[in-house]
Amino acid sequence: MEGIFGNLAIGFIEVFKLQSVTVAGMAMTLPFNILMCLIGCLLGTLIGVLPGIGPVATIAMLLPVTFNLSPIAALIMLAGIYYGAQYGGSTTAILVNLPGESSSVVTCLDGYQMARQGRAGPALATAAIGSFFAGCVSTLVVAMFAPPLAEVALKFGPAEYFSLMVLGLVAAVVLASGSLIKAIAMVILGLLLGLVGTDVNSGVLRFAFGISELADGIGFVTVAMGMFGICEIIANLEQKEHREVFTSKVGSLMPTREDFRRMIAPVLRGTVLGSCLGILPGGGALLASFGAYTLEKKVSKYSHEFGKGAIEGVAAPEAANNAGAQTSFIPLLTLGIPSNAVMALMIGAMMIQGIAPGPQVMTERPQLFWGMIASMWVGNLMLVILNLPLIGMWIKLLTVPYRYLYPSILLFMAIGVFSISNQPFDCFLMALFGLLGYVCVKLGCEPAPLILGFILGPLMEENLRRAMLLSRGDPWVFISPSKPISMGFLIAAAALLVIIALPALRKKRQEVFVEET
Amino acid sequence: MKIKSQQDWWAGLMFIAFGIFFIVVALGTPEFFDKMVGSRLIPGYQMGSSVRMGPAYFPVVLGGILAALGLLVLLDSLVEDGEPVAKFHFRPLLWIGLSSLAFAYLLKPLGLVLASVALVFISAYGGHEFKWKEVTIMSVILAAFSVLVFVKGLSLPFPVCPDFIEVCPIR
Repeated sequence: MEGIFGNLAIGFIEVFKLQSVTVAGMAMTLPFNILMCLIGCLLGTLIGVLPGIGPVATIAMLLPVTFNLSPIAALIMLAGIYYGAQYGGSTTAILVNLPGESSSVVTCLDGYQMARQGRAGPALATAAIGSFFAGCVSTLVVAMFAPPLAEVALKFGPAEYFSLMVLGLVAAVVLASGSLIKAIAMVILGLLLGLVGTDVNSGVLRFAFGISELADGIGFVTVAMGMFGICEIIANLEQKEHREVFTSKVGSLMPTREDFRRMIAPVLRGTVLGSCLGILPGGGALLASFGAYTLEKKVSKYSHEFGKGAIEGVAAPEAANNAGAQTSFIPLLTLGIPSNAVMALMIGAMMIQGIAPGPQVMTERPQLFWGMIASMWVGNLMLVILNLPLIGMWIKLLTVPYRYLYPSILLFMAIGVFSISNQPFDCFLMALFGLLGYVCVKLGCEPAPLILGFILGPLMEENLRRAMLLSRGDPWVFISPSKPISMGFLIAAAALLVIIALPALRKKRQEVFVEET
Repeated sequence: MKIKSQQDWWAGLMFIAFGIFFIVVALGTPEFFDKMVGSRLIPGYQMGSSVRMGPAYFPVVLGGILAALGLLVLLDSLVEDGEPVAKFHFRPLLWIGLSSLAFAYLLKPLGLVLASVALVFISAYGGHEFKWKEVTIMSVILAAFSVLVFVKGLSLPFPVCPDFIEVCPIR
């Protein structure tokens, strides 16, 4: 235990450190890291509140900007966007019955009903309190579980890494909603697209068709912005705008004594479940909130009130999505494997800064690692302050019509993509991937697995090649008894696939997702 | 033969097409095809062996899996009921795509200010309502904002003014 607190102390010192920076030509001494954390949380809340733009597109948009920051400042800010979005998303869900963020879909069910009964204030407060509690606990979870995991991961060879990536990708598609085969196909398509560019081993230009801009491969920022950003904008423009905002009816924020009594158990359960689901590959905030709502509906003695404004239906998923958002950093920080699209972008951010994600980050850059974890706790505290007293400001934002928003979003995306390599070609690719994403959504294929595959493509090929070279071409190396870890990963992946393919469970899985959306 | 799930039918076709595309580009065009055409259209990459995998190895395997999965989805669409393909809205698709292209290709010759204005106008045209006054005000604000934040603040190396203006007032 002492070790953890010692490490967290390193982190807090890093977060609050004073730095001399040059802002707009003026040299100043500022607690720069904490400032970036604040900016990240503010931006996260902003995009969380606004429906139609998510953390994936935002982080992708800001990646080129982070190039000028120090690695720790960049990562602190980007992380703040992800968990900040979980806070902001609940505001929109409760007041407008629209999920500001995909992970707050279930919060709409009871949160909006509470708002209609004139209890929007307590609902918002419950969401914030639940999120804050979950955020504090899951920060500790990350601090406790990351070091031992990283130690195990340091012993991994190419075979183990390859198998781990297979497991991660399989788990990611199994836990996602929608058709399983189509999700796997999207992963493979992502892996293939990730191979475009110069082959590291042979120097051969693959799938570039003589386009010199493709020599370095397709930028994942470009793919993410196209498939999420552009695609989201087009999907939003399909629908007519109509929003009913309960601006005047927020009233007192303070929950009653009865509310407090009823929210304790759901918040605790949501935190535990969310922390566990967040660690899983493919997990994260979205899965956590769905799982917590289902669980709460089963075990709560107020289950008859669910869907009619039960406070448990707000407290549990909001706690869970924040816990899940934070613990999903564990596989990223210890194994260098992203568990969802946001984490895939975080890997990108680390690579821009010249940091190879993986278990060595913790030992080689303890300040970065622990600073990031400490910043999560600080960020959660800031978010409560940002969200509760300033709720009026965020509500005002909701009244801004979408026709003012999307040209701005589009402009920032275009600037961001263009700035990566200062070539118009990247914007062209972004538009192309927007088209691909749009077609995929229309055909019932989720774009998120594609991004995961895209990030892992080159890594997987590299590790596969190395493993096969070491084993002299023996494909059984991945499941030989001499490599028990690799075998374990692959068996787990196969088991997951078999379980999910069983007809009975397949039906059940569909029911779970249908029930809640 | 009746297609029961439109979505899956087209998704299956898309995956098969992508799979075959990657295989063909990686392996090159097949021999009989080359003879027919008289020249090698797509040269392809080296396959290598499982010990030393060539650049074609991984993509060919993945392409094969992708095409096989696509076939599964395709066959499934004949058996299991599914959803129809939702309507495509070409208007936003076209204008949003065009606006980002316009921005990209106008940025260097015309500078950030005019490129931003172009993006705002074209993309606004793809929305539900287009009011000249509103869009003009919005484009001015956004152009000013992007110059201030991205060129002044973050010092991105973008030209601000068009090429043909020799002395740019903003620098």
